[in-house]
Amino acid sequence: MASRRAQPRTVGTYARRLLVIGYLFLLVIWPVALVVQKTFEGGLDNLQTALSDPVVTDALQLTVVVALWAVAINTVFGVGISLLLVRYEFRGRGILSALIDLPLSVSPVVVGLALLLAYGGTNGTFGPALEDIGLQVAFATPGIIMATAFVSLPLVIREVVPVLHEIGTEQEQAATSLGAGPWQTFWRITLPSIKWALVYGVVLSLARALGEFGAVKIISGNVAQQTQTATLVVEQKYQDFEQGSAYATSFLLALIAVAALVVVTILRPKDDSDGD
Amino acid sequence: MGIEIRGVNKNFGDFVALQDIDLSIPSGQLTALLGPSGGGKSTLLRIIAGLESSDSGTIEIEGLDATGLPAQKRNVGFVFQHYAAFKHMTVEKNVAFGLEIRKKPKDEVKRRVAELLKLVHLEQFSHRLPSQLSGGQRQRMALARALAIEPSVLLLDEPFGALDAKVRKELREWLRRLHDEVHVTTVFVTHDQEEALEVSDNLVVINDGRIEQVGSPDDLYDRPASEFVLSFLGPVTRLGDHLIRPHDIDITRYEHAATTSGTITRWTRVGFEIRLEVTPDDTLHPDPVQVIVTRTEATALQLNEGDTVWLRPRAGAETVVS
Repeated sequence: MASRRAQPRTVGTYARRLLVIGYLFLLVIWPVALVVQKTFEGGLDNLQTALSDPVVTDALQLTVVVALWAVAINTVFGVGISLLLVRYEFRGRGILSALIDLPLSVSPVVVGLALLLAYGGTNGTFGPALEDIGLQVAFATPGIIMATAFVSLPLVIREVVPVLHEIGTEQEQAATSLGAGPWQTFWRITLPSIKWALVYGVVLSLARALGEFGAVKIISGNVAQQTQTATLVVEQKYQDFEQGSAYATSFLLALIAVAALVVVTILRPKDDSDGD
Repeated sequence: MGIEIRGVNKNFGDFVALQDIDLSIPSGQLTALLGPSGGGKSTLLRIIAGLESSDSGTIEIEGLDATGLPAQKRNVGFVFQHYAAFKHMTVEKNVAFGLEIRKKPKDEVKRRVAELLKLVHLEQFSHRLPSQLSGGQRQRMALARALAIEPSVLLLDEPFGALDAKVRKELREWLRRLHDEVHVTTVFVTHDQEEALEVSDNLVVINDGRIEQVGSPDDLYDRPASEFVLSFLGPVTRLGDHLIRPHDIDITRYEHAATTSGTITRWTRVGFEIRLEVTPDDTLHPDPVQVIVTRTEATALQLNEGDTVWLRPRAGAETVVS
C-alpha cells in the first residue's frame, strides 16, 4: 500500500493536526480531565466519602450486576442474530437488519417509556400477568436489565456481522465435510474466527451498559439503594449539592469503561486478519 | 462401486445447473470433471460431497446410498479452491481436526498427523499458522487434512485454480504421484484441459449442465464425440469442411492431391513452435486456417509470410465434419 506520509510535512500538516487535537481536547480531554481533577481536589477525600456512602456503593453494585447481565444477554443474542442475518436467507431479513439499529436511533427515554408501557406492574400489557407469577419487571432489576440490554443490543451485532461476511462459509463447510456437526463447527471454527470482533463488541456493550441513563431512569423508578444505578446517583448527588460524591462516582464509571477499552486494545493482536 | 450418480437434476431458480446426470466414477481412479466455468461441474462435486442437495436423483458412494446423508456423515474428503484453511489453528491442528472430531486417541492422532505431514512434505511447518504458508503449501495442508479422515472418496474443487502457473504445474504432477501412492477414489474439478489430460485416468466433460463425453484422456482427445469436446480439449481450426487440430495439418510447398492452397498471412513464433495463419484461395471457405509447425519444420520448408503453401490433414489425424 502506498504510504500516506510520502508527502513532506508542511505548515498545513501541522495546522490540520492542531485542529483535530484542539477539537478532541475541547470536547473530550479537557472536560474529562476536569472530572478527574475535581475528584482528587481534596486528595482521596471525595472517593472515600463516596465509597463509604451506601447509596453510592449499592448503586455501583447494581450497575455492575445490570451491566454483566445485559452484556451476557447481548453476547448470546448478538451472535445468534448475527448468524441469522449473515448465514440465512429469509423473508424480512432487511427489516430485521434495520430494526437492529433502532436502539441507536431512538432516544433511550423513549425505550424506557415503551418498556414501562409493556411491563408496568399495574397498567402494562404484560406487567400484571408477570407479577401474578411473582416477577416484577418495571421498577425492579429485570426492567433495568431489559432497558440496558435494549440500548446496547446493536453494538455486538454491528461488530460481528462484517467479520462473518468476511470469513465466508468455506471454513465451516470444510469442518462439516471433516465430520463436524453444527455445534462442533460453531465452537471450533465460527466462534474462534469472530472472537476479536465479539470481544470488542462486548466491551463496547459493557461501556454503554455502565453509562446508560435515560431508559434506566424511567423504568427503574430511581429509588435510592434499591433501583438506583450509578449514573442516577451521579445526577442525584450533583443536584443535592454533594458534588464530591458525584465527581467520584463519575470518575469510577469512566475508569471502568476506559480500563476495559485499554485491556482489549492491549490484548487484541496487531494484525489479526492477515492471510487471505 | 466407486461413485454411482443416477438421474441427478439441480436448478438454481430458473437456471438449470445439472440436467439428468447419470455417471459411474470408477473406484481407485483419478477422475477429472472438465468443462467451462458455470457448466455445472462444481455443483456436481458439491452434490457428491453433500454440501449441496440435488433436486432429484441418487448418489451412491462405494456401495452406500448417500443421497439423504448430511455432509458430515459421508466420510468424504473435500479440498476447496481457496484452501479453506482454519486460520486460527496451526498446520498440525488443521490436519488433526477430522481425527479429533472422531475422538481418536491422542497418540494415534499424533502419529497419523506426522505421517500425513510427511506425505505432503510439510513436516517442518507443523507449528506454523496457515497465514505463514504459501498458497501451494496451504493447499497441500488442506489435502493432508482431507486425507486424515481416510475418506472413501477425495473430492477436489479447482484445487490449483488459485495458484500461479509454475506451482500449479508442480502440484498437479505431485497429485498424480500422491494418487499412485494412496489409491483413494479421487474426483477433481478443473476448467484447464491440459491439467485434466495430464493428471486423470478418466475424464468427464461437462457443459451446460450435461455430460458431453466420458472416457480416458486418449479416447477423448483422439475420438471426440462432439465438436464441443474437440474444441474444448485443445486448439481447433477449420480446413475445408473439417474441424482439425492445427498441429494435425501437413504443410508443403508443392501441390498434392486433395489439398487446399493458400497464402501465409501471419507468422508468430512462440518458443519452439511456429503458429501460422494461412488464408485459403478457396472462396467457399475463405476463413484463415491456423497451422502449428515446429521451428525445425518451418526452417526446412523456408516458410515466410506471404508465401503460397498447400495444406492437407496429416495421415491418421482425427477430424470432425461439420
